[in-house]
Amino acid sequence: MASLKDLRSRIASVKSTRKITSAMKMVAASKLRRAQDAAEAARPYAERMGTMLGRLATAVGSNEGAPKLLAGTGKDDVHLLVVFTADRGLCGGFNASIVKAARLKAIALKGEGKTVKIICVGRKGSDALKREFGDNIVARYTGIEGKKGIDFSSATEVADKVLALYDEGEFDVCTIFYNKFVSAISQVATAQQLIPFAGEEVDGEEEATGSSAVYDYEPSEEAILADLLPRNVGVQIFGAMLESSASEHGARMSAMDNATRNAGDMIDRLSIQYNRSRQAQITNELIEIISGAEAL
Amino acid sequence: MTDTTVLELVSPSALLKSEPVEMVVVPGTDGNFGVLPKHSPMISTIRPGVIDIYAGGKVSERIFVAGGVAEVNPERCTILAEEAVPVADLKADEAQARLEAAEAALKSAETAHDKANAERALDIARAQIQALTN
Repeated sequence: MASLKDLRSRIASVKSTRKITSAMKMVAASKLRRAQDAAEAARPYAERMGTMLGRLATAVGSNEGAPKLLAGTGKDDVHLLVVFTADRGLCGGFNASIVKAARLKAIALKGEGKTVKIICVGRKGSDALKREFGDNIVARYTGIEGKKGIDFSSATEVADKVLALYDEGEFDVCTIFYNKFVSAISQVATAQQLIPFAGEEVDGEEEATGSSAVYDYEPSEEAILADLLPRNVGVQIFGAMLESSASEHGARMSAMDNATRNAGDMIDRLSIQYNRSRQAQITNELIEIISGAEAL
Repeated sequence: MTDTTVLELVSPSALLKSEPVEMVVVPGTDGNFGVLPKHSPMISTIRPGVIDIYAGGKVSERIFVAGGVAEVNPERCTILAEEAVPVADLKADEAQARLEAAEAALKSAETAHDKANAERALDIARAQIQALTN
């Protein structure tokens, strides 16, 4: 049985923990709003880029001259996985779920006898993966999210690395893993093929209005594609970063909300225990006094 | 001149502009081209340079873009720019610093990829300075 003093100090410590978690929840909520706005603001660019690329890809088709980024290298021996996680923990299953998805994929690929290379964006991912796949990690990026949120230049940095590796023939297929933001309490670990370009964004409606017109291309379809595809890699990575950051804050917010609630429950329980044992002690003392008086 | 075409200027982080304009002049890779309402559909890449927006036969707004692509169709002109800054907000000393940084990067570039990047940065910086001088 814990002494009264122990109980008191436990209650005090849980109380201060609750203060911290509720503050973190508040911070996450405000960051979430900003991250969400940023993700929404970035969507028009990605959408238009997607439709334009889809149109171009259909125009060029699978010609001989199609750029490597569209047609692929013709092999699928080396896979590059780009894993987007947070730099910090305390956000529920956010990092774990994405790491798990990437791990399963890596193990499956290895099982098929393929080579796996990994780029980690965010510290938590590389921490979790380095034990098992330490030799496979080719690059790490941390501190992506600055004070003002995510800058496009950090996405370009990662994209440049990916493209440089591709140019050197270091991998054949690139897949990105990130948490897609659904709502503040729900994130979906998503795997998306980045290279070769998989055009799925042109939906039926867009197709109907878009391709009816014949487009002029200046300088030429191939030249524009060659220019657009690398850009698209950057945009996709930027999009993944924004989604991931919005998801992170959402996950942290709900994790901290839970923690705050749990701390409240714990305080209630401890207070009851504290009051009961205090009462029991008083009763005990009274009994001792009374029985002492009776003995006289 | 009551006819207008919708100009959409989009950067990776935001939809910067979406408004009807009388004419825009876009710095295409193969030369500047003007977009008037009912322009035939085309897609063109853009070199670093200045987009001129015309109103009432005069340039009403000048925006510097660091490359991108433009898609034109009869109703609208969509410009996907990597970086877009109004010319009025450009600073001569910043552009100069950028030029110097790009030149240094070009000198120290080892791989073809780095070199291409540095050359692009150099083009952007030069175009910025040019945009400021006229």
